[in-house]
Parts: sequence; C-alpha cells; structure tokens
Amino acid sequence: MKLDEIQKRLLREIADLHAVPEGAYNIRSNSQMAGRRSTANIEITSKTDVSGMDIRIAPFTKNESVHIPVVLTQTGLKEVVYNDFFVGDGADVLIVAGCGIDNCGNQDAEHDGIHRFYVGKNAHVKYVEKHYGSGEGKGKRILNPGTEVYQDEGSTVEMEMVQIKGVDDTVRTTTAELKAGAKLLVRERLMTHGEQRAISTYVVNLNGAGATADVVSRSVARDDSYQKFDAKIVGNAPCSGHAECDSIIMDRGRILAVPGLEANDLDAALVHEAAIGKIAGEQLVKLMTLGLTEAEAEEQIINGFLQ
Amino acid sequence: MLELKDVSFQVAEGSGDKEIIRGVSLLVPENKLVVITGPNGGGKSTLARLIAGIEKPTEGRIIFKGEDITDRSITDRARLGIAYAFQQPVRFKGIKVLDLIRIAAGKRLSAAGACEYLSAVGLCARDYIDREVNSSLSGGELKRIEIATVLARGAALSVFDEPEAGIDLWSFQNLIEVFAHMRRTVQNSSILIISHQERILNIADEIVMIKDGKVEKQGAREEILPQLMGTSSAVSECRMILGKGGADA
Repeated sequence: MKLDEIQKRLLREIADLHAVPEGAYNIRSNSQMAGRRSTANIEITSKTDVSGMDIRIAPFTKNESVHIPVVLTQTGLKEVVYNDFFVGDGADVLIVAGCGIDNCGNQDAEHDGIHRFYVGKNAHVKYVEKHYGSGEGKGKRILNPGTEVYQDEGSTVEMEMVQIKGVDDTVRTTTAELKAGAKLLVRERLMTHGEQRAISTYVVNLNGAGATADVVSRSVARDDSYQKFDAKIVGNAPCSGHAECDSIIMDRGRILAVPGLEANDLDAALVHEAAIGKIAGEQLVKLMTLGLTEAEAEEQIINGFLQ
Repeated sequence: MLELKDVSFQVAEGSGDKEIIRGVSLLVPENKLVVITGPNGGGKSTLARLIAGIEKPTEGRIIFKGEDITDRSITDRARLGIAYAFQQPVRFKGIKVLDLIRIAAGKRLSAAGACEYLSAVGLCARDYIDREVNSSLSGGELKRIEIATVLARGAALSVFDEPEAGIDLWSFQNLIEVFAHMRRTVQNSSILIISHQERILNIADEIVMIKDGKVEKQGAREEILPQLMGTSSAVSECRMILGKGGADA
C-alpha cells in the first residue's frame, strides 16, 4: 500500500490507524483504491454502476471489524461515494469509517459519502465515523455525509460521529428506520472554528413495538462558526425516543438547535432536551484556583465536554 | 503566612457603592488553623474570595509568604500555594473526578494516588473515580470531592468556605481528621476555615469574628470562644450551628 506522510497522518487522525488494520478493510485515497482485504466472513466488492462498495457481513460473524477510511490530499477533487453495508442476522461487528482532507491548494476539496446500513435481525453494529481537515490552502474542505440505517427486529446500532477540527463545511443527514425491538444509539461530537459551518439533521422513525432511539449531540461553536442541529424522532408504535443537544458557544459562534418529536401512537414516549450556553464563569474560576490559566481551564472544560 | 492589610471591598449597588468589607486587617500565622466566623451576610465568604483572587480589593494589600499578591491573578495565587474550597462546588459535564484530582495535584497522579484523597473524605474511591463531576452527584458527594481536590493541592494555605455544609451524612469527626491530617502532612501549612460550626471553632488555634464587613473580635480560641458563646450575638450563631446556615455573602 503506497501512502505518503500526509495521507498516513490523516489515517491516524480519522481511524487511529498506524499500520494496515486487522480484519477487513478498504482504504481510499484521492478517489483510488489504495488497499483492500476481504475476510472469510466479510466481503468487500466495488460497485459497478457508481463509485463505492458493497460490504457484506455474513450472519453470526462475531468480533470482527471493517475499516473503510478515505483520505483526500488533492485540491479541487470532488467525489460522491456510495457504500452499502449488509449486516447478516446475529452478527456483531465494528465498522470504522471516516474521512480526512488535507487541502493545500486554492480549490475546494469535497467528499460526499453516502452510507446505507441494512442491519439483520438481532445484529449488533458499532459504527465510528471521524472527520478531520487540515492544510493551509484557501480551498475549502467540504464533507457531506449521508447515513441511512435500516434496522431489522431486535438489532442494535451504536453510532459515534466525531468532527473536531478543520472541516469548513458539513451537511450531515442521518435517517433511520427501526423495526420492533430495535435500538439506535447516536453520540455526535462536533467542534467548529473560524468561519466553519456544520448542519446536522436526524430523522429517526420508530416503526415497531419496543423500538428505542437515543440521539445525543454535544458541540462547541468557536470564533465565527455556525451550527444547526435538527433532530426529529417519530414514534409510529409503542416505543421510546430521546434526543439531546447540548452546546457551548464561544466568541461569536452561533448555534440553532431544533429538536423535534412526533408521536403517531398513544404509547410512544418521546423526550427532547436542548441547552446552549457559554462556559460557566465559575467553572473557569474553579480550575484556575487549581492552578490552570484561563486558556488551559477553557481547554479542559471543552475536552471534557466533547469526550 | 497570610496577611490582610486594611482590605476593603465595594460593589456597585443602585446609584452608589455598597461596602462589603471595611478595612479588614488580619494575620494567618504559619502552622495555624484560623477559623473565621460571624453572622450571615457579614462578608466572610467575600473575604475568602478576596484571598483566592476571585475578587480584587478596592483598597488595602494582601501579603502571602512575604509577597504582595494583591494584583496577582487566581492562577498565580494557586501556583504560589493558595488552595480554595468553594462553598458551593462547581459541576462539570464530562470532567471526571479523577481528572479534577489530577489537575489539582498538578502532576500525573496514578489512579491509586487519587483514590487516597477520596478515601480521606470518606468516599469509596472505586465508585467515584470514573464518575463525571456533574449533576448525577449529590450535593454532599460534590462537597467531599471539593475537599479532596484541596487535599490534592497540598498547598501552603488552604481556605475552606463552610466545609461542613451538606456533609451531614458523613461523620463530622472525619472532617476534623481531614484538617488534622493536612496539618501533619504539609509542613508549615496553614488552614483558614469559614464556619459557624462549634466543633470547627473548637479545633481552631485562632478565631476571627467578622460582622458587617469588619473584624469584631480576633484572638486565640481560648480567649474568643467563651465570648462568642456567652453573648447575645451568639444565640443566632448557635441556632445556625444546630440547624443549617444559609448561603453567605
């Protein structure tokens, strides 16, 4: 696998990868396949009609992982990629995705990854997606991830979405359809700087009895950045759903939180919480009395908040 | 150790200024436990905040270990050796008890090391070390963690603002032992406690009574305590000792 130092650094940031990962993987670099491995239980094949892959995980596959990181280092590159995951009944797997862009040029670099998950009965998926941008060029680093989740009965999907640094523009769209007894847990962590803009929209449909969803977003908007968090949970059956948006604003940062609930069944129990505010002065003071400077205290508070 | 020289503190209120602290001079000698007491609203907590650097005096000087720290920041004072336990501890989303104790210790403390401080305040360390310092903790638990962070500082001067508030479920004797332990382990350290509690007054070397922003009485415990107990002004104090003191100014 041939990767330069910048590409290797991006891989470390988004997937904690220091070497070739264990298990199945596909590494995409500047729209080319830089490496791929299928395993006995996990088969990765390229799509023929559009750019992207099909990832098929055999039923009852246990404790295996799939890494599918993407790195972009070429200015002006724009790509749309479709990846479909077919997770067999009873499988239990870790999927690590993520995209790192290093844009040193003056043209925008953009990666739009559309991920669809078809999760079988009683399967368990942990999905980790990290986004990272770097590079001094004037060209923007743009990431527009679309995630669609279709969960069969009794399945569980845990999603961890992280975007902490360097992505100029993001529109994230996540939709989920849950059958009876299915469970969706989303933990989103987001920090925006400078003039960055991030929009995150969730629509979760709880269609079967006993389906549950818990969507929690923690975010920090610094400098002149802007964020919009729009989470809608729809209860179409006896189910329970919880959406939470907890945000810190700094400098001239702005955040719009639009939590939404829709109950179409008498036994749908839905809750939302949203809070936006600056760092509490007394939190800074407490850490300063422990010997930290104001800047160090701020960093500790934000690191903890986004952990 | 610490000297306040003619310290005053005013806040803007309506059209004029309100004087909270009026020309207070006091001395906390090395190796002494000094308790500041007095009625609610008398300015005791403000005095503690002035010492920690959270408020700046409008007049007067504060001298710590021979150095004028009046214009020093909170951070500077902490690094010079002043620790401060809040009356109402602060909650943090995402920061764990272990993180907070490590920050307080100012070094890479092992989990076992941090546990010692929690055990000292009567918390089963294993149950708390990975807890977030957030609203899932009760007021009493937070208060004890707050005291543990001050223990971890190992500071020359530790200031406690009403440490007994909210720890009723924990044996009071343990709190007294915490102070005794601090005096044993940190050489030449001094402790300044703001309290209404008779049992804390009982372990003081010196007592300072603050009323209406001024020092009303100041001296050795043997001298001051009988006066406090014997006067009519002590009646309200005793009531507070038996019940609960309210939030202080």
